[in-house]
Parts: sequence; structure tokens; C-alpha cells
Amino acid sequence: MLEIEIDGKTAQVPDGSTVMDAAQQLGVYIPHFCYHKKLSIAANCRMCLVQVEKAPKPLPACATPVTNGMKVFTHSELAVKAQKGVMEFLLINHPLDCPICDQGGECQLQDMSIGYGPMKSRYTEEKHVVFHKNVGPLISMEEMSRCIHCTRCVRFGQEVAGIMELGMANRNMHSEITTFLGRTVDSELSGNMIDLCPVGALTSKPFRYTARSWELQRRKSISPQDSVGANLVVQVKHDAVMRVLPRENEAVNECWISDKERFSYQALNSDERLTKPMVKQGGEWREVDWNVALDYVAHGLKDVSREHGGDALAALAAPSSTLEELHLLSKVMKGLGSSNTDFRPRQKDFSADSKRSGTPWLGMRLAEIADLDSALVVGSFLRKDHPLIAQRLRQAAKKYTKVSLLSVGADDQLIDFHARLSVAPSQLAVSLAGIVKAAAEIKGVAAPSGTEAAVVCETCKQIAQSLVDGEKRAIFLGNVATQVDQATQIHALALELGRLTNASVGFLGESGNVLGGYVAGTLPSAGNARQMFEQPRKAYVLMGIEPEFDCANPQLALAALKQANLVVFMSAFKHAPALEYADVMLPIAPFTETAGTFINTEGRVQSFNGVVKARGEARPAWKVLRVIGNVLNLNGFEYNSSEAIRDEVIGKGTEFVGGLDNGLNGVTISLSSVGNEGLQRITDVPINFADPMARRAPALQQTADSTAPKARICADTLAKLGLNAGDAVRLAQGNGEAHLVAQLDNTVPADCVRVAAAHLSTAALGDMFGQISVERA
Amino acid sequence: MAMLGSINGLLMEGLDGDNGWSLQHYVARGGYVQLRRILENKVTQEEVIGEVKKSVLRGRGGAGFPTGLKWSFMPRSFPGDKYVVCNTDEGEPGTFKDRDIMRYNPHAVIEGMAIAAFAMGANRGYNYVHGEIWEIYQRFEAALDEARAAGFIGQNILGSGFNFELFAHHGYGAYICGEETSLLESIEGKKGQPRFKPPFPASFGLYGKPTTINNTETFASIPFILKIGGEEFLNLGKANNGGTKLFSVSGHVNRPGNYEIPLGTPFATLLEMCGGMRGGRKIKAVIPGGSSAPVVPGDVMMDTTMDYDGISKAGSMLGSGAVIVMDETVCMVKALERLSFFYYEESCGQCTPCREGTAWMYKVVHRIENGQGKPGDLDLLNGVLGNIMGRTICALGDAAALPVQSFLKHFGKEFEYHIEHKSCLVPKDVQWAGSGFHKV
Repeated sequence: MLEIEIDGKTAQVPDGSTVMDAAQQLGVYIPHFCYHKKLSIAANCRMCLVQVEKAPKPLPACATPVTNGMKVFTHSELAVKAQKGVMEFLLINHPLDCPICDQGGECQLQDMSIGYGPMKSRYTEEKHVVFHKNVGPLISMEEMSRCIHCTRCVRFGQEVAGIMELGMANRNMHSEITTFLGRTVDSELSGNMIDLCPVGALTSKPFRYTARSWELQRRKSISPQDSVGANLVVQVKHDAVMRVLPRENEAVNECWISDKERFSYQALNSDERLTKPMVKQGGEWREVDWNVALDYVAHGLKDVSREHGGDALAALAAPSSTLEELHLLSKVMKGLGSSNTDFRPRQKDFSADSKRSGTPWLGMRLAEIADLDSALVVGSFLRKDHPLIAQRLRQAAKKYTKVSLLSVGADDQLIDFHARLSVAPSQLAVSLAGIVKAAAEIKGVAAPSGTEAAVVCETCKQIAQSLVDGEKRAIFLGNVATQVDQATQIHALALELGRLTNASVGFLGESGNVLGGYVAGTLPSAGNARQMFEQPRKAYVLMGIEPEFDCANPQLALAALKQANLVVFMSAFKHAPALEYADVMLPIAPFTETAGTFINTEGRVQSFNGVVKARGEARPAWKVLRVIGNVLNLNGFEYNSSEAIRDEVIGKGTEFVGGLDNGLNGVTISLSSVGNEGLQRITDVPINFADPMARRAPALQQTADSTAPKARICADTLAKLGLNAGDAVRLAQGNGEAHLVAQLDNTVPADCVRVAAAHLSTAALGDMFGQISVERA
Repeated sequence: MAMLGSINGLLMEGLDGDNGWSLQHYVARGGYVQLRRILENKVTQEEVIGEVKKSVLRGRGGAGFPTGLKWSFMPRSFPGDKYVVCNTDEGEPGTFKDRDIMRYNPHAVIEGMAIAAFAMGANRGYNYVHGEIWEIYQRFEAALDEARAAGFIGQNILGSGFNFELFAHHGYGAYICGEETSLLESIEGKKGQPRFKPPFPASFGLYGKPTTINNTETFASIPFILKIGGEEFLNLGKANNGGTKLFSVSGHVNRPGNYEIPLGTPFATLLEMCGGMRGGRKIKAVIPGGSSAPVVPGDVMMDTTMDYDGISKAGSMLGSGAVIVMDETVCMVKALERLSFFYYEESCGQCTPCREGTAWMYKVVHRIENGQGKPGDLDLLNGVLGNIMGRTICALGDAAALPVQSFLKHFGKEFEYHIEHKSCLVPKDVQWAGSGFHKV
């Protein structure tokens, strides 16, 4: 520990601290622009110059290491003169167009110029003009003359997002922040650069000129779109969401959010919102009052239940629904005699359901990722599925964590991997078994039974060794690992690997409230999300689900829905395809318009309130379900608040839910069924197609991540199929087909076709991971 | 041959033009004897560094930091790669000595670097050559090939078990890459921008490894110091200013060129070696250490000796040894405008005071020179340069500010005249007469 005195206050700081660290510990404010606690030290803005005893010159607080007994003066004549000098320089070429600047009112330069800027400028020369740039639909770089060259955006790209998309070109006063050769900024975390920019150079394209910062009210919320449960500040004006920003929570999202979470709000104000209950009568849709709609729904469901039994009913909810919604949905269904409620629409293999020891979760806290010695991620499009977890792993890998990936594509995760394997989906389990076997060999114990068929490759050994070494190790199962046919086998193999290496095993989690689904008791005891469509039911309730996009097999789902007598469609959006097969549409409130609770993948309970009034006649789903319960005369539907429901499920004041356990009982490892002949489909759910909100956000839909799906095939397989890149191809699965363009993509394993889900052009296809045929159209 | 004369020359002794650079000639002049002696006689690292310390060789790149001391900062026992880097990124206006050393005596640099590497336990070296002297870079590559073939660099040098791989690396002409940490960034393939110090290169240098960077002339002096002994080298110059030094004399002298003279030689002697002032005109001012050194009035300079302490006493710096001589035909406003333009152009743009300040200073001086000066401009300039000096990441900020400060200090009257009369104090025809291009 070192002792330092700043402005007369003394502090003990750890070795290696900077003067800025010490000042923050002491609560002494030192003005700065380029310094950011999450980025490397640049010391280029020079705003934080302070006087250090015995130093002849003022020194930058952000970059000056504390030495024992150091005395620092932040407000001495020397320090203030230096700070004012820097401020004058920063302002000479800055446009001073604050009244028409989108950053006005929340600009660090503006704030600081009040404290340190001169009343009148001595600068009478021409101001420097920097040409604007178009870097895509999210970040506006229209007024680059405002840039003060702090390089926070550049460092963010290099260090946090893992890709340097912005850089500072040229020298001297002609320095400018730009992309390489006019490219766009495509990182899924790019919006954070807007927050980092201390001036109005990088602004939010969707938000700019829609409101001034002082007109906005800041309200807390939680993101439903990611299993991390990013903490949000939602800024509202006149009951409309104008902007979404990250709310700092070091344990959850640090100070970042993904672009999907930042810009999806556009959908909330879109014309596609469903604002009135609607009922289809004689093939015609009619807007009706809530009591009519609810009566219709209650009686319709009751009739089906009475005539065909409870098993003829099924309900499917989005895993981004709140805990309360999921609980009440399942409760209503149980009241009607049905236990066919599920919240895992993209899953296919449910054989683990009756064999779980507890609620599946991450296996550790998010913040512990930084301390891992090694980690293995199995089956994940990591960066796009879990941008913030990928970010944590990226940072960890930069330090000492050995991060490995076993997945179905070799696309760049921008992580410095220790080792990676890319295999066909049908080989995922057997490859994992190879790692299990390698670990057993290293440990000198017999390989678990059932893994005999697995081959131990060099990379398997490398990965196994990294998991054996070190003290803190983890195995994470990603979305693909839960979506493929052998999800339970993969789960069981991961547990074996965990047992052999002492690594924790966990699930990254597909959406904002997967744990909530398990905790709320939404688990089906009879028909799960697969069975309910394989064995078509008479009536369906869909909550927040768009089956064309959200189901593991949209073909199967749509066929079942079309034959049903009653389909109740609860959604925040008027989903056009649903007009065909739905019978009732109930407008429910999205997360910004309802109170609720999400439980993130580490088991953290995060409750939130609505930030704006529900739009039109939309109502929170928990209220809708409560009234349906009342209409049906079911017991236990007398809730007055979402908190009452939450407390019923998890008790009052729970910070982390209990019963978290990834264990399985009675699953035997059997790789015999493995071996899939022919061409296999690999399906990713592109980040901006993943949920109904993102799908309707215009800005997000213009990004590079939102290009229409193509049939991505590696060179060898293309040749084998007699296709060329750019060919129009017809893909067929079951009785559905899709017409796409073939794209050469060598990150796709051999004998596979990567076709994205969650897009109209591929909605007619079948299983996300299954056989597929491709031919020239 | 650009090198015109020397007194007790070491580096340039025995050179007579473009033929003497090769290994054969260097060996004939006694080259690589010191490296061989050190390796074969098992001279210790401490002894080598001790000898360099005794010589009081001060860094020839401009800062004048004692070389032996710098070498002793290197953590010799640090496991893994360590580097020695030679800074031949000679970009300072007025300086052209390193390129002559590299052109006429490249093996002296190679031998010096090999000895330095041995003394500091480094196993890899780079020579960063300025991007605008391509043929010099090529010659150095040729010299490296010779040295490698003869076993003076590479693996197991002269059978001693000492390994030293040396590479040449050429830049693209940015002045800032002569700043040692920018140079390292540039070698690493990044944009040439200075790093913040600490950490210093001795602990965190090239690729994050301990690194020592010296000027070309510094390295080239090493074999000669070891040949004649540190004490003898020191005695060539004067106390605290050991040895001989190359001065690049340019400007209004009859014979501009590189001159190797012992430190402490009077400026008047140097001027005499250069054949005196061109056209016999009166000396007006001298920038004695490269364009970033403060300007010194001619009469003060005539009483000054050419060594670190002597020039410092005259209010300037010996710097890189670039002596820019100006006679009475020079308009000092115009001269400063050109200098300021250089620093404005070459500021890397990383830190605020330099990026903004150098442009501001140039714009004001440019305005004054072009008859747009305003009362108060000189105070403004002094204010701006005061806000640059000591506030920047590297020394370029100071380098840009010092000329402005000294020009205003010594020749303020010319600036005032410009502002008031919108024209030069030195009449245009006089300026033309001095230019050598316009005959009136």
C-alpha cells in the first residue's frame, strides 16, 4: 500500500494505482476526457494535469503512478493554469455549436468549459473543419469537427469490442477519427462508443434531434433480450421511450449494453404495435373491448378443455416473458387441466426435463468469469448470442484465461482462443466426448462409459489440459448446445467433463428470463414445446412468441396452429402472419410498460417497474392472465401487484434464487445414435432477428448483422454440390422450402449449410439442426 | 563527399568517400577489433559499461543523456528478449550527420550496436532508418549482409556463444518517429505516436520488453571509445563533454557540411572550417542544435564553445549538432514561419496542447509574416507556447515552442516591425541578395 495526499486529504492506495485512482477513492474530482476506467490509459487529452510535489511540470493524473508519500494538488495555481490551458486548446477548433448539438446538456466538454474555459476566445484564426462520415445506421458521425481526439471510441473498439473499426488517421491538426476506407462500424457493441464520446461527435442516429437531454426522464429497467439481464436506463418523454442507455452494474453488464438492447426501443413506438384486442369472426378481424376478448378467450379455452380434455390445450411463452407472466400462464393452464406450458420454443431435445437436479444456470456468477483460469464454451455463436458474456471472456482471455470454443462454425468471435474446434452439429456431442476422454487420459482414470466411440484429437487434448490445469475452470453450454438434437447428451458429457476436471458447468441461457421459466414452474409435465406441435392440440395460447421465427421447427408449429380450433395470440405487436391462424389477439405490454421480474442466468433476481404507460389498450400480461383466471373462476388469482405474484413464486426480497443446480440424474451417455448422413443444417439466430422487438427496430434492421439469410456453405461442400457462390439455390426440409443465394463461407463445417432462422425467407423450413437438401434453383 | 573536415576525428577518420564503407575497408581501419577483443578476452559487461561511463559519452541524438548511465538502467538479468534499437530516424531540420555515418561508416554502427547488445545482454537489435534516405537504408542492409556473413552478428558470434540478430527497418519519414517511443510503436507496425512515460523503454520497450535506444552517432562512437579508452575519449573533449562530435553546418556559410570536432571547440573555429560566412556578410543568428533548439544571436554565438555546457550557457542546446547559420539578409519572421510550419506539420496529433498549439502558433506567425499581424499577437504567441511547454506527452511540444520563444526573445523587434508596418525589417532586396537565387 502506498500513501498519497491529494489536496490535503490522505489515502492508502494499492501498489500500481494512479493518481486518478487515488483521487476517485478520495472523492476528489479531476477533470478528464480521455480517461475511462474500462479503457487503457491514453493520457492524450491532458485535461487531468495536476501538480505533484517536486515535479517541475504538471503531470497527468490518469497516467502518473502513485509513489509513497506523494503530494498532489489538483487546484493549485500551476494545476489550474495547466487545465485551463488545455481547455483553451480543446475549444479553439471545437465548433461551439452547443445550441444545435445533440450532445448539448449532457456534454462533458460543455460542462467542463464552464469550469475551466475562458469567457472569450483568444483564437481568431479559421477553425478546422472535419468532413462527416457515414458509418452505418446506428452511430452518427455527421459533425466530426466536434471531435476532441480523446480516442475513447478507438480504444473501445480495440479493447472491449475486440475489433478496431475506428482509428485516428493523419497527423497533427488534421487528425481525424474514421473507419478504414469508409467502411461501417459493425460491432454488436458499437453503441457504447456513443456513450463514451465525451462530446457530440459520435451521436445516436436513431435518437438524434428527437429530444433534448433535459426533457427526458430517466427510469430504471432491465433488459429482457439477453441472459445477462443488462441494467438499463430508459429515457422517456411524454410517455414514449426515446432512448435506452446502460445503467452501470459492475456485477451484471459493467457499463455496457449491446446494440440490440440499445436500439430495440424503436419497435416500442412503431405502428406495428398491437393496441386493441382483436377477435376473428367469420374470417374477419374485429377490434373489440377487453371484456369481450377475455370472455371469448376464457370460454374458448374452457370449451376445448371440457370437450377434449386439458391435454388438448397448450401454451407457449417467450423466454423473455417476466417471471410473473410465466407463472400466471402456467397457472391458468393448470386451472384448465393442462400441463402443456413451455417457454423454450427453440429447444428440440427435452429428455433432461424429468432428470434435472435443480434449475439450470450459469454455474457461477458473471463477475467470476474474470477470475477463471480456463473456460470451454460448447455450441455457441458467442459474440452474437451473448455479446456481453463474450466481452467478459474476451477480457479474461487477454489476461490469462485460456478460453476454448467447441462449436458449429468458425466465425470470428474476436476472442484470443486457446483452442477451438468447429464441427457439424451432429458431431458436437461426440467431439465433446473426445474432450472428456482426453481429460480422463490426463487424469489417468477410465473414460466414462458411453464415450468409447469418441476420438481424441490433438485439440481435444489441448482443451482438456487447459481445463485440468489451474484452479478456477468452467464449461459453458451455449444456445446451440441446448438447441441441437443431442442437447441432453451434451449436457451429460459436460457434467462428466466437469466431474473429471473439477470445472463448473453452466448454461449461458438463451434469453432474458430462462431461469424465470424454470423457477416459475412453467415446465411442462406432459406436452413440451416440441410435443405440443408434433401432436397437434385443439387450442394454443402463444405469449410473446412469433412461431415462424421463434420455434425450433416453424413448419411443424405452423401446421399445428393452422389446424387448431382456437389460437390465442398475446403480443405487443400486430404480427401479420398470425392474422391467418390466430383467432384472438390480445395486446400485451412490453417490458417498458409493465412491472415484472427477470432472473438472469446467474440466478440474480431483478425486478423492475414500467417506465411508460401502456400504449393504447395494451395491458401487462400478468393483469390479462389474472383476469382470465378470474373469468374462469379459478382460485388464487387475486393478485393486486406483480410483486405479489413474484413473492408467491420466489419469496420476498430474494436476491438470488435457490435450487440452482445443473446436475442430471439417470442420464446415460450413449453416442450410438450419433452419425447423421447427408447435408446438415446449421442454424444461427442472428442477433437482430432474435426477438420481436429487435425485428421491428428499423435502425437495427439496417445493420450488417441484419442482412437477409444466405445459404452459407464452405468451398469443398459447394464443389461437392456442384454449386458456385452466388447461385440461387432451393433449400428443402420436410415439405417446406426456401429460396436463397449460396454464399461461400469457409467458417461453416463440411457437409453443412448454415441458414439463419427467424427470417421470413427461411420460416418455411423445418428443424434448426437437421437434414436439409440444397439444389440449384 | 559531404563530410568536409575534422579535428582529431574518430568516426570519420580515414574515410575518403563512397568506397571506404565496406567491411573490408572497415576491418582494414581496425574495425571489429573491439568486438573481437571483448568476446575473446571475456571482457565483462560491467567493464564495457564502465568504460562507456568513463568516456562521458552523452547521447548524440539531442537530449545529451549520458550513455553509460542509460545502459546501466537496462535490467540485464531480465529473462527473455531484450532489445537495442538504433535511432537513425534523422528528421530534425538541419541535421544530416547520421546519414553520413551510415553512408560512409555503417560497420561502426553495427559494431557499436553489437557491443552495446553484449553489454546489456540484449539478443536482438533494430536500426530504424528515416524513410527519406532510401539509399542509406539499402547500404546499411548491404553492410548487415557483410557483417552477418563474416559472423560479426548472428548466432554464436566469433564462437563466443553470444547471439545478436540485427535488422534494419525503414520508416516513412514522419518526424515524430524519431521520438524513441514512437519509433518503437512504428517498428511494432503501429501508427508512430509517442507512448506515455513511465514506463520507460528500459522496462517496457519494444514489444513490451526491456529496450535501449541510442542515436546512430552514439553507437558509432562505441568502438572508438573502447579502442582509445574512455578516459582518452573524454580528454578529446572537455570535462562532462567527452569526445568528438559531428556538427552538420548549414545555412549561410561558404562550405556547409558535416564536421567532426572535439567538444569544446570554439564556434568561431567551426565557422572558419566552413570557410566563413558566405559573401563575407555579418552573422545574424545561429540555431546551434537543430531546429528545435532556441536561436542564439550571432555575436553571442561567436563567444561560445561547441559543447553541451557551453551552448547551454548561451541559452540554447547542443541538441543533435545541427548548426544553422543565418546572416543579416534573413528575415527572422519568415525563418520562424518556416520552422513553425514544420512543427505544425509534424505534430502527431495525439495530445491536445501540441496538436492544437502548433497549428495555432503557425497560423499566427504566418499571419504576421503576411502582413496580417495584430497588436497583441506576440503576447498571444507567448501565451500559447507557455501552454504547450511541459504539458505534452513527448518533447515535440517543447521543440515547437522553443524556437518561437527564442525568436521572440532575441528578435522581437522584427516581429513588432512586421505587425506595425506589414512588411519586413530586412528589406526585400537584401533578402533576395542573401538567398543566392535572386540577383538584383
